[in-house]
Parts: sequence; C-alpha cells; structure tokens
Amino acid sequence: MRISSLGYTIKEGFVSLFRNKWYTLASVATISACLFLLGAFAAIMLNLQYIVNNVQREISVTVFFQSGTTEEEMLALRDQLILRDEVDHVEYTSADEAWESFAEELGVTDYLDGFVDNPLADSASLTIYMSDVTLQSELVDYLESQDVVRRVNKSELAATTLGSLNSLVGVASVGIIGILFLVSVFLISNTITIGISIRKEEINIMKYIGATDFFVRFPFIIEGVLIGLIGTAIPLTALYFVYNNVIIAIVTRFSSLSSLLGFLDVKEVFQILVPLSVAIGVGIGFFGSVFTCRKHLRV
Amino acid sequence: MRKKGLKDTVLLEEDDAIVLDNVTHVYTNAPVLKNVSLRIKKGEFVFIVGVSGSGKSTLIKLLLREIVATKGSVYVLGENLSTMKHRRVPAFRRRLGVVFQDFRLLKDMNVYENVAFAQRVTQVPRAKMDKSVPAILKYVGLAGKYKAKPRHLSGGEQQRVALARALVNQPEILLCDEPTGNLDPANSQEIMRLLNVFNRRGTTVVVVTHNKEIVDQMHKRVITVHKGVIESDIKFGEYEAGKYEDYDTQEYEEEEYEEETYEEEEYEAGEYDYED
Repeated sequence: MRISSLGYTIKEGFVSLFRNKWYTLASVATISACLFLLGAFAAIMLNLQYIVNNVQREISVTVFFQSGTTEEEMLALRDQLILRDEVDHVEYTSADEAWESFAEELGVTDYLDGFVDNPLADSASLTIYMSDVTLQSELVDYLESQDVVRRVNKSELAATTLGSLNSLVGVASVGIIGILFLVSVFLISNTITIGISIRKEEINIMKYIGATDFFVRFPFIIEGVLIGLIGTAIPLTALYFVYNNVIIAIVTRFSSLSSLLGFLDVKEVFQILVPLSVAIGVGIGFFGSVFTCRKHLRV
Repeated sequence: MRKKGLKDTVLLEEDDAIVLDNVTHVYTNAPVLKNVSLRIKKGEFVFIVGVSGSGKSTLIKLLLREIVATKGSVYVLGENLSTMKHRRVPAFRRRLGVVFQDFRLLKDMNVYENVAFAQRVTQVPRAKMDKSVPAILKYVGLAGKYKAKPRHLSGGEQQRVALARALVNQPEILLCDEPTGNLDPANSQEIMRLLNVFNRRGTTVVVVTHNKEIVDQMHKRVITVHKGVIESDIKFGEYEAGKYEDYDTQEYEEEEYEEETYEEEEYEAGEYDYED
C-alpha cells in the first residue's frame, strides 16, 4: 500500500469518527460504561485482596522446642522451613530474646530471686509467617512430625476464614470481570455492526470500484481502535478522581476500622488498571472491527 | 490469436471482452439463467433488455464477479471469473466501470470527492488524480459544480457524476445497470450520448435496460433475455424499432443525437489521458 493511501485510510478512520458521531458516541459510551464498571470492580477487588493479604500476613505459626534442643538444631529447622512454598518468612527468637521482651513487658531488668539461669530457657521459638494460610494444616503436620518440636501454636479458624475469603475474592473477580468483558464485546460488536450497516453503501461502492479488502477494513479498524482508546481514557480519568475521594470518605467515616483497613495507593491501582483497561478497550475496538468486518464485508 | 485455458472449454479470442459459455445460475433451486452463451467483442456497445426478473441483473452480477455462476464459465477481459481467487477480484474490478440506476453516490462527499474516491480506492497517485478528476468532470459537463453535494444536483447530474466516477480510471468495460431508470427522457438522452462518446473512444459498453425508447433510438446490438434464456441477439445496425413485440414503436429522433451538442471543444488535449 502506498504511503499516501495509508495516510488516507488513517484519515478516513478519524473522519468517520465524526461523520458517524451518534454511532461513535454510542460505542464510546458503551465501552466507557463497561470499562468504568470493570475498573471500579477491579479496584475494589485489588483493595480487598490487599486487605486480606495484609491480615493474612499477620497470621503466624509458632514452634516451641523440646528442652535440650540446641540452637543449631533450631536454626537447621528454620532453614528447612524457608525452603517450603507456603512459608513466607521465619523469625527465630532465642531464649535470651524471649526473656528480654518478657522482662521489658514486666519492667524488670534482672532474673528474679532464685534464678541463676534464664527462666525462659525453653522458650526459644520459630515464628513462621505464611504466604498461603490455606496450607497451614500441612505445615502444622510437618512441624509436629519433627522430633525437636514440643508444641505448635496456631490459629486454625483465622487461617481457614481468611484463606477461603481470599480465594472467594479471587474467583469472584475473575468471574465478574469475565462477565463484564463478554458484555462489552457483545455491545461493541453490535455497535460496529450498526456502523457497518450505516456505511454498507459506501463499502459496496468501494468494492465495486476495486478496493482491496484491506483498504476497506483499515479505516474501520482505525476507527475501532480510536473508539476503544477514547472509551478507555474516559473511565480511567473518572476513576482516578473517584478513587481518591471514595477512599478518603471511607477512612473518615469508618475511622475505627482504619487500623485494619489499609488501602492501595491510586498509583498502585492504576499500575494494573491502565494496562488492563487499555488492553481491553483497544482490544475490543480492534478485534470487534476485525471480526465484524470479516463477517459483513463479503461483497 | 486464440488461447485456451487449462480447464476452459471455450476458445477465447484476443478481442473478446465478455464471453459466457453455457452459463446457468440458480438461486435457491430456481434457475435465473439457463445455458446462456454470449460473446461481446472489445469496443462493442450492447444493450441487454428484458422484463423484470428475466435475469438481466444476475448477468451484471456475474460480470462483476459479485456472484459465481452455478454452472458454465464467465470470461471477462480474458479472465475466467468462475475460477478467480477472491484476492484477485479487486484488481479485476479495476478494469471495469459500473453505473447503477440509483447512482450510488456518497452523500457526504461533494462531486469532486465522489469522483476522486474511485481513484483513492484504487490508490492512484495524487498528482495523477489532480489532473484526471477535473478533466473527466469537464468531460461530463460538471466542472462548474465540483463542490456541490449530490443532494443539490438533479438526477441527470447525479448520474453524470456516477458516470465520471466509473470512467475516471479508464475502464476497459463499462457496465450500466438501468442507467436511465430514474431519469427523465432529456437526461436519459444525455447519458446515452456520453456513453456513445466513451464507446467511440474505445470503451466496451454494456447497458442493461428496459427503456425501450433509448434502445430504439441508439441502433446498437440488442440482446433480449427472457425467463433466463437469450431470446434474441440482434447485431449492430440490424435492430429496427418496432420490429420486435417487446418494444415501443417510437421513432428514432436523429436531431437529438447530433454530434454538435457535445462540447468536445472543452476538452483540452493532454489534460485527460483517456486514450493512454
């Protein structure tokens, strides 16, 4: 294709945006509405996941050792634990450190009368933070099977509740985003079909004159991509302003929960939302025009 | 020179513009063309006449390769349309010009843009377009109205724009599907006069019509299609008005076809390289 023709077809794509302004408006509105819903939902899900993850990170399993276990044995267990997939990180607290924090809590400096040695000599422990709390019981089984382990402290209820909440949020996100995506594709495909039927005559004439399929389709594809881009920019801009305001409103209204509710920064959300929305918006515009053209342009 | 294609059963001659070899076309079990064979030479002016539903429009669609014949072969400008690949169709159609009854102009474009559209679509360089579009508009007598939108033009003027668009790429064959169907007698005469001029310049012209007056006046080859078969094929000069029952007996008014009415002096040599 000649450069001038390429320029012409691109220009035609732009011109037809304005020529069919009602159709353009309808398509942009459809994509915008879908992407706004999708974006808002994605933002809520991302934050929910963030909150759940934060809480989850606080859940730990604590291991106490049989008396007589050496520090080397404890550290060896720690090193083994770090290698496990469900383990995020492990903190080792020596008996001395346990005493120090205990003493600090009580406000004493020396061992009490009658104690020459650390009274918490058997209190050295490993605190295991998990990356996936749903696997807590497997970890506990493993720990309990170790000879050096005396006791395992765990919080079963919190783990199962948070674990299932987390996977529920994940499944719900994928499900709802998927449905919204399908609705968008359906609506865009419809609007492009309308666009093509509006211009059926023009396409017909082009084909009779001897236009190649590419020449006929290219302006539609440009138009589709532009509609996709505009339809993406509008909800993203709106969400950007809405997001911060909503978070401020939640934090002020539910200040009692502020310690529990940590929200993602708008930039972190948009790092995911912008590429996601652009890919979906432009993708819908592009594939919507390609497939609809293919279906309707057999002349 | 005669050549024969690989699967071809008909002998093509170099001066053949259109050859139909035993063509049958069926729409949902009802044949609209039955074993039609036909040969039109380059440079001919042919009328295809017949009542509605006789198969005329199907014939035009076959020649444009909008449809492919159910049986038999259609050759246009040496190409077998029955075996032509889809991607070859655009290049083939660029060798043809088409004019329709309803003009099919783009209403958002002005006269100039409508004609230039044919060259844009076929990717003609801008410099050539800037010369050929004004030249052909002058040729059809619309140079002064190049900025007008179709809705501000009369039916005759709109058809002349459509004609300019069909001819701007200098097609070898011009197919006209009821070109005077929406026009009054005076405008019909004008379109026919222009077709005659371009035919004399070498373009093969095929006009599908049921306008008896026009056919009677032109004294060209007339092919009559009836119920999907060729009923008669009367060679150039042999056709006489009123001789055949389907047509009116209106007399040919010679003064309406005088050469002087055509403003040939407006055409400047070299401005429109139609004969190149």
